[in-house]
Amino acid sequence: MSYGAGHDDNHDHKPTGIGRWLFSTNHKDIGTMYLIFALIMFFIGGAMAMVIRAELFQPGLQFVNPQFFNQMTTMHALIMIFGALMPAGVGLANWMIPMMIGAPDMALPRMNNMSFWILPFAFILLLSTLFMDGGAPAGGWTMYPPLTLQLGNAFPFLIFTIHLLGISSILGAINIIATIFNMRAPGMTFMRLPLFVWTWIITAFLLIAAMPVFAGAVTMMLTDKFFDTSFFSAAGGGDPVLFQHLFWFFGHPEVYILILPAFGIVSQILPTFARKPLFGYASMVYATAAIAFLSFFVWAHHMFTVGMPLAGELYFMYATMAIAVPTGVKIFNWIATLWKGSMTFETPMLFSLAFIVLFTIGGFTGLMMGITPVDFQYHDTYFIVAHFHYVLVPGAIFGVMAGIYFWLPKWTGHMYNETLGKWHFWLSAVSVNVLFFPQHFLGLAGMPRRIPDYNVQFADWNMVSSLGGFVFGLSQLLLVVVVIQCVRGGQKATDQVWEGAHGLEWTLPSPPPFHSFTTPPQVTEATAHS
Amino acid sequence: MSVNKLKQTVLAVIAVSLFLASGTALADYALNLTEGVTPTSHRVYELHMIILYIVTAIGVVVFGVMGWSIFHHRKSKGAVAHQFHHSTMTEIIWTTVPILILIGMAVPATKTLIFMKQTGDAEMTIKVTGYQWKWKYDYLDEGISFFSALHQDSNEARQIDSGIDPNTIENYLLEVDKPLVLPVETKIRILITAADVIHAWWVPDLGWKRDAIPGFINDNWTYIKEPGVYRGQCAELCGKDHGYMPIVLNAVSKEEYAAWVEEQKAEQIEAASGSDREWSMDELMEKGKTVYAANCASCHLPEGQGIEGLFPALNGGAIVNGPVSEHVNIVLNGKNMMPVFKAQLNDVDIAAAITYERNSWDNSTGDVIQPSVVKIAR
Repeated sequence: MSYGAGHDDNHDHKPTGIGRWLFSTNHKDIGTMYLIFALIMFFIGGAMAMVIRAELFQPGLQFVNPQFFNQMTTMHALIMIFGALMPAGVGLANWMIPMMIGAPDMALPRMNNMSFWILPFAFILLLSTLFMDGGAPAGGWTMYPPLTLQLGNAFPFLIFTIHLLGISSILGAINIIATIFNMRAPGMTFMRLPLFVWTWIITAFLLIAAMPVFAGAVTMMLTDKFFDTSFFSAAGGGDPVLFQHLFWFFGHPEVYILILPAFGIVSQILPTFARKPLFGYASMVYATAAIAFLSFFVWAHHMFTVGMPLAGELYFMYATMAIAVPTGVKIFNWIATLWKGSMTFETPMLFSLAFIVLFTIGGFTGLMMGITPVDFQYHDTYFIVAHFHYVLVPGAIFGVMAGIYFWLPKWTGHMYNETLGKWHFWLSAVSVNVLFFPQHFLGLAGMPRRIPDYNVQFADWNMVSSLGGFVFGLSQLLLVVVVIQCVRGGQKATDQVWEGAHGLEWTLPSPPPFHSFTTPPQVTEATAHS
Repeated sequence: MSVNKLKQTVLAVIAVSLFLASGTALADYALNLTEGVTPTSHRVYELHMIILYIVTAIGVVVFGVMGWSIFHHRKSKGAVAHQFHHSTMTEIIWTTVPILILIGMAVPATKTLIFMKQTGDAEMTIKVTGYQWKWKYDYLDEGISFFSALHQDSNEARQIDSGIDPNTIENYLLEVDKPLVLPVETKIRILITAADVIHAWWVPDLGWKRDAIPGFINDNWTYIKEPGVYRGQCAELCGKDHGYMPIVLNAVSKEEYAAWVEEQKAEQIEAASGSDREWSMDELMEKGKTVYAANCASCHLPEGQGIEGLFPALNGGAIVNGPVSEHVNIVLNGKNMMPVFKAQLNDVDIAAAITYERNSWDNSTGDVIQPSVVKIAR
């Protein structure tokens, strides 16, 4: 790095035209591309969810045949997880981490470019399967064999999409770790890092540990299909359940990969709008690390019904229950941060408060499903659909939304339209509950997941859920309006933007210069994390 | 509209919709887990309620504190922010208290799980095999064996352009052609496996579900206390018609069960003799129509049109209109996703289905395939 060396550093010359984006090595431009990509995928995946909810609006088949319905549930999950949430998290990391730690850019800018540009190609591969004979993947995002092996032409496309996504994520994770470990400003010790940076260190390690297992598992399935191996075929001496163990060894850390950055964002926002330091900073860091560590030892709670020995079922139950402890610590710390603060309720704060309540509800149902004997009833019903949508939609997605509203004035230099932001929040917060809360009832009453049609006893709550879904889906268009308005203009944002904001990113101008900190700032105890 | 009037309208709408929601909900629809009809399901239900009460209580406390803070500690009320940010004692308390609560939950959970694992001392054993997309039940002690698939009425109504209102079908999607019959007050061992992909056998009233995995056998047990008809569904995504393979369990008294077993044995003997006699075209076509609907139509569709790229069309299809021996061979031995039907259907059924396929829709080969032909080809 050449900052401060030899020449005048006030240059801010950006490349222009399409080349600025194709060949970009700039953390802000790449962050922007990640976020726009995530938004596009959010709407594609969302459109698929609308198809699902339209078909489930009333009993009987109205719009799509069962095979296409299964393609929609599978693709919705793959696109939302790998196309929307993960890239959104990486986009925020790209934008914010260098500015939060006092660096000029990411440590490995060319690799940064590559890890982004893999994504559009990966999703072109995946989306192209919709137009193939036999259609898109329809065996669920969990891809269990032997069902997924029955997939037609789409099968190799699915496997190579996963490979590409894995490469992209691992490159991104290495970059984030390299940046945080090597490019912190003087005085920015590890225990002074903003919580968002901490959650991303931990997320990046999870990615590096989990993605190769997933890549290995799908490669074994590829050789089962095309090279006559029998890793997952009992007829050839293999075991279909082995795939599930490998998948969930990746899959459980994966859910924390989705939620931990949101934990970080909320931990930045609550102190800002409560005008009070984060309560229990050190315990927040340790709790996050504990959650991530434990996530590698609980995978089989996703597959209690495959029939494990008693000792296995007991172990995975106890280990799963243990995760409730550090998760509880985080929630208590957030509430203690609010306690005796001086709160105001701008859109980022509203999304963060809703996050705490609704994520906690998802946490409660998660704990319920960790209890093996009752999970034998809940498993693979709408109860689990409600659970993971509570932790991922008003959990992870609300966290990302909160982050977008929080940092949008910093990125664009303009304040967003607060009235529209509040409309977006209230419509989303109400409709998301109308959408997902009744699904708890459906699951407990006996409705299995991943079915295109159902007995009439499930009709009313499905209709309520669908109505909530349509309102939620349409409300998200407001976000696009707010973002476009804000990029185009609006009230000028100050450097600090929010009255209670602390941290290095708020010392830079709004919008920040092309190269964030060309001269590293000196960090002291007083100017460290909020 | 003034602000007050607006507020009143909004409140009225909320009140009315809550009333309507609670009215319909309480009248017809289950909101909670079933208590079920077995000792296991009662224990599972109690455990579910204990945990639900505990998390609800925690939720009330946590959200209560948060709500109180949001209401009182707001800038618009003149709240001044305190600057405390650390308390080791508080951290220790809110780490220890949850651990104690979790231990309190783990004790009854462990007891229930151990109870559920006691599969020994069973008085009878049945084997459940999942197929795409139906269930096969083998009564291992009695030698009875049959398939159980979605009932014809539901099957017709569930087609995309059927024009049949699901509300007019009794037990829509939860009715089968032939239910599983089990005696009450008997400890029954239930072995579960699958023939093609993974399925899951789930009757909520028994208190559990279990995956049906090809190549592996899971064992479970049940003890049904009350006679009745208990319904369930496949709970693991198993392909196109995952939503259409219900389970119906008819629990009857021990006497009725014994009578049913005798009846089944007689029927099986009669069915086995069918392959020795000559069948007429009309007989085969009539039987073939039902066999086709139950076994072939889910993939090749009711009119034999198939699904491009997945399931070949039979209407005008090359094999269906080609040599008989190849047609018989593929039905018996399967290919790719086509199941091995010799393991599922008897000679009469296969002969009838093939005859039906070769003489329906636009196909008119005129071939009459006798069960004896199938018997030799096996």
